[in-house]
Amino acid sequence: MTYILEGDTGDWEVVIGLEVHAQIISNSKLFSGSATSFGAEPNTHVSLVDAAMPGMLPVINEHCIEQAVRTGLGLKAEINLVSVFDRKNYFYADLPQGYQISQLYHPIVGEGTVILDLDDGSTREVGIERLHMEQDAGKSMHDQDPKRSFIDLNRSGTGLMEIVSRPDLKSPEDVGAYLRKLRSILRYLGTCDGNMDEGSMRCDVNVSVRKVGEIELRNRAEVKNVNSVRFAMQAVEIEARRQIDVYEDGGDVIQETRLFDSVNGETRPMRSKEHAHDYRYFPDPDLLPLELTQEYVDNIKATLPELPDERKARYMGAFGLSAYDAGVLVAERDTAQYYEEVAAGHDPKLAANWVISNLFAVLKEKGVGISESPVSAKSLSKLLDLLKDDTISGRIAKDVFEIMVAEGKEAEAIVEEKGLKQITDTGAIETAVDEVIANSPEQVEQYKSGNEKIAGWFVGQVMKATGGKANPPMVNQMLKDKLK
Amino acid sequence: MSLDNETVKNIANLARIKVGDDKLYHLAGELSAILSWVEQLNAVDTEGVEPLASVVDVTLPLRTDVVSDGDCRDKVLANAPEVEDGFYAVPKVVE
Repeated sequence: MTYILEGDTGDWEVVIGLEVHAQIISNSKLFSGSATSFGAEPNTHVSLVDAAMPGMLPVINEHCIEQAVRTGLGLKAEINLVSVFDRKNYFYADLPQGYQISQLYHPIVGEGTVILDLDDGSTREVGIERLHMEQDAGKSMHDQDPKRSFIDLNRSGTGLMEIVSRPDLKSPEDVGAYLRKLRSILRYLGTCDGNMDEGSMRCDVNVSVRKVGEIELRNRAEVKNVNSVRFAMQAVEIEARRQIDVYEDGGDVIQETRLFDSVNGETRPMRSKEHAHDYRYFPDPDLLPLELTQEYVDNIKATLPELPDERKARYMGAFGLSAYDAGVLVAERDTAQYYEEVAAGHDPKLAANWVISNLFAVLKEKGVGISESPVSAKSLSKLLDLLKDDTISGRIAKDVFEIMVAEGKEAEAIVEEKGLKQITDTGAIETAVDEVIANSPEQVEQYKSGNEKIAGWFVGQVMKATGGKANPPMVNQMLKDKLK
Repeated sequence: MSLDNETVKNIANLARIKVGDDKLYHLAGELSAILSWVEQLNAVDTEGVEPLASVVDVTLPLRTDVVSDGDCRDKVLANAPEVEDGFYAVPKVVE
């Protein structure tokens, strides 16, 4: 589906590239031994290196290197065996060094790919231009005091991976799909927790617009402060519309950094960044080039887990699931593991239906993740056992599931306690069928005069008479025989 | 390469160094002289020569991922102009 915005002068399309900053999962910082954990007392996770005291030198964390390589491999990207750290120079209150150590000219990871799973079940490739390592800055709080800003350097020096996409995204939907997929891959790899609320994954959105059919790219604006998937999608819509209005009013879009304001639903220029674009990068003289061996990279490659795309392909191939269902199930590793536990020994499509339709509805209603599910994978699996051996019917199974959610009991105990076992005893079903036929001469007449649709009504009556416990195929067969 | 006054003013601003307009001409001359001194290196033919990152044969030292530092807030904040509840308190950074 193409995303086109109508203007007064014609149709416009949107070109979007994303820069995602993903905090590396590690115990200590990229260049110092202080802790990275979130939520500590201000300025307690700060070493003299992070505070940029004179004479302090950076020493790189080998685990961060491994995490960056692992991520690169997960993005099917080329790993550069030699990469170099550069200084990006700018002044800000939460950047004590006066520069950020980054990798501009020789990043550790080169070109790769992310596959988008779109809502209609189709997929599309988005190019990754590069991934490089850099330091995170500290945090500033501007709203605590009328005259002062408060600075906490706990985050200062934490390892980041900046993942830059090609301008291959064309709609807010693409942006959502990209961020969700990237987050899913990072979580599978265990290299970033992808938590946008806590800021461990953040993104800048580069947006430009052009007339449909134009080949050249026009000037883009970089929108910052976009801290959720939903905001990123909104920011694209709002910024694209703004740029179209500028062009159609005869103006020109200038290349600049803008701030997304979710409260007012607008983007506005960032004044402090006006002169900041000259970062005067140069190789950091405190750090030698980072040299890796192919053997080192291959060893990491050998430990990669099955990633969402491969898992999805397996679910579609071996289990016969639809692209949509498979995509939903593999998005989170926990969900996929839950599903596989339920699917073991059962019809995988039936298991997928139960997880996606019944379980997800409950999780959504309760507002919890699958790890806090009121029904464990094992319990759901046992419920499916009862379905499989015809102890209960599909309809009863749904009732039993509701009771499992409400009371936390096992399916078998509920079935026993409430007497919900399916009636497969021919005699008992026959009695019910005979009774219904005897009490419904009119309907019998209609059936015999050719209205076969009324058969369903008979089934319903028998099920009603047996409290939903009669085995439906048996009821069907018996009715057919008796009404002949 | 020779620098004009405007460039020097911009460099000073980027480096947050206050330079009066009366000093620009003099600084432009000095900085230009330093640049042209370094530019002599351009005379060397470096075709096919790999960049040299260090004159001694060492590789980048690595650190294992353990928490071995930090938790020294008093030291870290000792030079802060002002402290409030464990934060650095600085003149408001307007956005």
